[in-house]
Amino acid sequence: MALTTIGSSGEAAVQGSVAAALRGRRADVGGRAFELGLLAALLICLLLLGALMYSVLADGLPVYTERGWDFLDRGLSRRAGRAGISQGLIGSFWIAVSVVAISFPLGIGAAVYLEEYAPRTRLTSFIELNIRNLAGVPSVVYGLLGLAIFVKAMSGFAGADGVDRRTLAAAGATLAVLVLPIIIITTAEALRSVPQSLREGAYGVGATRWEVIRTVVLPYAAPGIFTGALLSIARAVGEAAPLIVVGAVTGFSSRGVGLSMGNVLDPSALGERFTAMPALVTAWAKLPQEEFKVDNTAAAIIGMLVFVLLINSIAIVLRNRFERKRSL
Amino acid sequence: MTESTGTPTVTPAGAPLRQGLGGEPRDRAPHDDLPVVFEVGDLSAYYGAFRAVREVTLDVRQREITAFIGPSGCGKTTVLRCFNRMNDLIPGARTEGTLNFRGVPLYGPDVDPVEVRRRIGMVFQKPNPFPKSIYDNAAYGPRVFGTRKRSELDAVVEESLTKAALWDEVKDRLRDSAMGLSGGQQQRLCIARTIATRPEVVLMDEPCSALDPIATARIEDLMQEIKDEFTIVIVTHNMQQAARVSDATAFFSTEVNPESDRRTGVLIEFDRTETIFSNPADERTENYITGRFG
Repeated sequence: MALTTIGSSGEAAVQGSVAAALRGRRADVGGRAFELGLLAALLICLLLLGALMYSVLADGLPVYTERGWDFLDRGLSRRAGRAGISQGLIGSFWIAVSVVAISFPLGIGAAVYLEEYAPRTRLTSFIELNIRNLAGVPSVVYGLLGLAIFVKAMSGFAGADGVDRRTLAAAGATLAVLVLPIIIITTAEALRSVPQSLREGAYGVGATRWEVIRTVVLPYAAPGIFTGALLSIARAVGEAAPLIVVGAVTGFSSRGVGLSMGNVLDPSALGERFTAMPALVTAWAKLPQEEFKVDNTAAAIIGMLVFVLLINSIAIVLRNRFERKRSL
Repeated sequence: MTESTGTPTVTPAGAPLRQGLGGEPRDRAPHDDLPVVFEVGDLSAYYGAFRAVREVTLDVRQREITAFIGPSGCGKTTVLRCFNRMNDLIPGARTEGTLNFRGVPLYGPDVDPVEVRRRIGMVFQKPNPFPKSIYDNAAYGPRVFGTRKRSELDAVVEESLTKAALWDEVKDRLRDSAMGLSGGQQQRLCIARTIATRPEVVLMDEPCSALDPIATARIEDLMQEIKDEFTIVIVTHNMQQAARVSDATAFFSTEVNPESDRRTGVLIEFDRTETIFSNPADERTENYITGRFG
């Protein structure tokens, strides 16, 4: 009522003040500064990664352009020009296979039990807490565990007694144990992300727990489970410290390393002395010769990066396929 | 018993005591010759030490629609979720008192909750279709129970989608994702999924609360269509809905426990729907349905 009595001049004044309030926004200094800070953080990260990539590519690519397939095909050697990464690639390949064969079923199974079957008690939350802690244990500790269990205690694990037991199988088992907690945690988180309403929908029509898990929970959680599991392969393939503790061959001589390109897919490689990509990189980087220290190391890093990128791309493709299925 | 339930012992002169109080003889309407599906006597439901709802006594009769109404937190959903042992999924949930389904104690020692849920299906508040195709949603229950033959599944899918008043809208895109349907269509698909296993009872937990009035009207129509085949118990916040669709209505409310200061649900009145809405016996019911509280 009161407003109408003000009249047209008053109305104009109100309009003017509204216009001023709408337009006269003071500069948002804090917000701008925050945004610039975030941008700076991103740029610094990119710069560091870019510098790393540049130095690796600058040193390593010439090895590939000069020697090409030869560098991938040859094994350990005293002479830099004849050294290659074939044994490292094979070793890393079988480590990845060990992780798939050992950690996937064990880790995913343990997580499904913990999340879907185990009663929510203090004991289960204590176990979950400890699994989280295990994921943070330094990898060299897992190496010592592998040395104690898979190399020393389980004599004859991968061969008859008297045979050197610092084998590829022992390394694969060690790294499989290393990534177990990671797989359990990511799987548990994927299972927890399944909406309770979907479980109720399935229970509501009379499905048993197993049927609910098989037909609703696992299909929904599959993309998350697979992403975590495949990224854990990348983690296992990139670890150097446990390999060295377990006894990867890091010398010059191919003698003793039973791996060659001829037996890439032959499981008997598991019973042989071994080396793997991160072990090669570590060993070569310590050598005094420039050709080893700079060129071959960088080239091996490129090989390892491509290997890991390959695994990651498989992970992404698989996840996308599962997600398409989920949104069907 | 009457003191402890908080139900009024003094009723208006001439008004019959309709709610069965601790096994007192009840005032029976002619509908009473319909068979009793659920016999509920002094049922209390607990979550751990907390009593969510106490001493509920009512009968659900065959091929009727029974509505549970009342304000939030009055325990109506809790009681509904006891009816197919859905509350078993919540750790610490338990019941006391009588809850018989066709004379069998639902919480009896040998009763398998999975078999219970096969016979007593449930539709939830939020539409929860599986992220699968429309066909796979409708065929979910029959598949779980072992129907593999394509022709049988096709028949069951068409039949249940037809009953759920969805067939005409989706018959040309059964292979499409259920997630692409509108909210109302998703809820009708959930109803189809529930009735595809041919349960005796369909429990509905506020099935229309996430839907607009047109979708709500469609679901109310479909409830009338299927009530010849299924006994329906519906929880609703919407009093008009209860008045429109149900044959019998239970009004729940809350009371504050003086010791713990926590709210416990309690059944105030249970009667034929027209009586509840035209001539309620309890003042609290009248206050609620006339909008004076809740």
